[in-house]
Amino acid sequence: MKKAADKPAKASKPGGLATKTLVLTGLTIFTGLVLAPFLVVLINAFKSSEDYSQGGPLALPTEFYLQGMIDFWNRVEFGEKLWNSFVIAAAVSVLAVIISVLNAYAIGIGRLRGRTAFLMFFLLANLLPQEALVYPLYYLSKQFDLYNTRLMVIIILTAIQAAFGTYLLSSVFRDFPPSLLEAAALDGAGKLRTLLRVVVPTSWPTLSVLFTFFFIWTWNEFFLPLIFLIDNDLQTVPLALAVLQGQREVDITTTAASALLGIVPAVLFFLIFQRTLTRGVMSGAVK
Amino acid sequence: MKGTPLTMVKTRSRQGGKSGYLLFLLPGVLLFTAVIIIPLIMNIGISFTRWQGIGTPQWVGLEHYERLIHDANFWASFRNILFIIVAMVVVPTLLGLFLAAVLFDYVGKKIGPGTASVFRSGLYLPQVLPVAVTGIVWGWFLNSSTGVFNSILDSIGLGFLAQNWLGDPKWALWSVMFVMVWVQLGYPVVMFMSGLQRVDPELYEAADLDGAGWWQKFTRIAIHLIKPEIYVVLVTTTISALKIFGQIFVLTRGGPGNSTLVPSYFAWQNFFEKFNAGYGAAISTVLTLIIIVLTYVFLRIQTADERRGA
Repeated sequence: MKKAADKPAKASKPGGLATKTLVLTGLTIFTGLVLAPFLVVLINAFKSSEDYSQGGPLALPTEFYLQGMIDFWNRVEFGEKLWNSFVIAAAVSVLAVIISVLNAYAIGIGRLRGRTAFLMFFLLANLLPQEALVYPLYYLSKQFDLYNTRLMVIIILTAIQAAFGTYLLSSVFRDFPPSLLEAAALDGAGKLRTLLRVVVPTSWPTLSVLFTFFFIWTWNEFFLPLIFLIDNDLQTVPLALAVLQGQREVDITTTAASALLGIVPAVLFFLIFQRTLTRGVMSGAVK
Repeated sequence: MKGTPLTMVKTRSRQGGKSGYLLFLLPGVLLFTAVIIIPLIMNIGISFTRWQGIGTPQWVGLEHYERLIHDANFWASFRNILFIIVAMVVVPTLLGLFLAAVLFDYVGKKIGPGTASVFRSGLYLPQVLPVAVTGIVWGWFLNSSTGVFNSILDSIGLGFLAQNWLGDPKWALWSVMFVMVWVQLGYPVVMFMSGLQRVDPELYEAADLDGAGWWQKFTRIAIHLIKPEIYVVLVTTTISALKIFGQIFVLTRGGPGNSTLVPSYFAWQNFFEKFNAGYGAAISTVLTLIIIVLTYVFLRIQTADERRGA
């Protein structure tokens, strides 16, 4: 970091400022274009239909019109959809972290025979296209009376996320400091105690990253809810939005309002978890 | 790591023995057997039968696979996937390398790491949206009559360029590709920027002394050091391109005609719209095989490359 400090001196040679301005302007325009859709959604979500037809999509709203959003909220019972999404995402991420930890404890620390084969299996399980599982699961869920329940979606997604979690955590646990394990063993701690008192607290940062990823992935999931959640009152946010969009009489400002309501939770998670996410992407990359 | 002598097993099994760890694997193994292994095997089985989802499946052997070879839709779906791979893998990786280098090496060092991370977050934001929401937003933007794109073109006097972006077979695939570049770009940028942090500044200084320019430092040093990240990005984005479903479902439903049809949507159609479970299972089995083979090849190349590097 000290090395970086003397770099600006070099930059101030002739032409440095011009390049700097050029690069910054270019990046700002480019990033602005990437973010423009968010802005367009935002300004149109607060317009009335008349306002939209007069000013077009790029004009600012002439009044702060909330009725469109309120109507949309009530029409799809958005609160209920938020709750469904939250329940499913929270359950899946807690369960998938637990399963991942148990698997990775056995594979990464227990060094079970054939662990490479196990790891390859978990990697593949995560990479499989869901289409290759979905029809049998659809059939089995009907046999076991689990079709059209949140529980079925939770079970399937827990397995899929835990496959990734096992793969990632096993390589983290492989490098777990042996001295800590030995100390626990000397204290007479059994395997379960060692896991709960030593391994889990030590790797808490990684587990929270995993939890965050699972939560957001599950929240955004579309394919499985589409197939398994038929009843209106079980649907998740992405599913409710897509279904509404399928009914073609929806007007533009309702589309904008619905898109905004879909974007807001995602952006909120992003802001809350931003640090965890970048940390997770980094640790994921090196493994 | 040698096997424990038999006599010691009894005394060690409570504390240090390996067999005790098997118990921890039990819940995971049960879950994976029920949700992944059994359904996967069933799916392969179903692909050899004619079955509508009810009644008894009728064994037809390789009939579905034979039909696939002659099915224009099947080939179209794989042709389209190649285009999607360009949009989700090739373009974001190249553009992401460039942006990450500019942000990390230039903006981060000469203007400030804070500024660099603001840009990084901005570029990453499309990644966090649910696919359904991405589809809704872009479906509206690209709509022929009420869409934002056409009305911008109109308002700047370029109305003659307006198109039915998603409804015209000539444009639909390009429009989907454009959306996918928008979605994917942030991921390689974040990955590559974190990889560049590993580059030892002394390597750059040594190169400076040798008179290397920015481009040479980037291609000769940086790209080599962030190879692990490049591999991860290539593998994960290729596989998600092969599996693409949600955006297609919301944006075009594979149409018009089969111009944006992809394998997973094609399989879904056969499962749930045409009630042809056997054919859908055959499509998804082929897709699974392709993904397994690709992953294997990627991993082999990567380990071979790591060995050469070491």
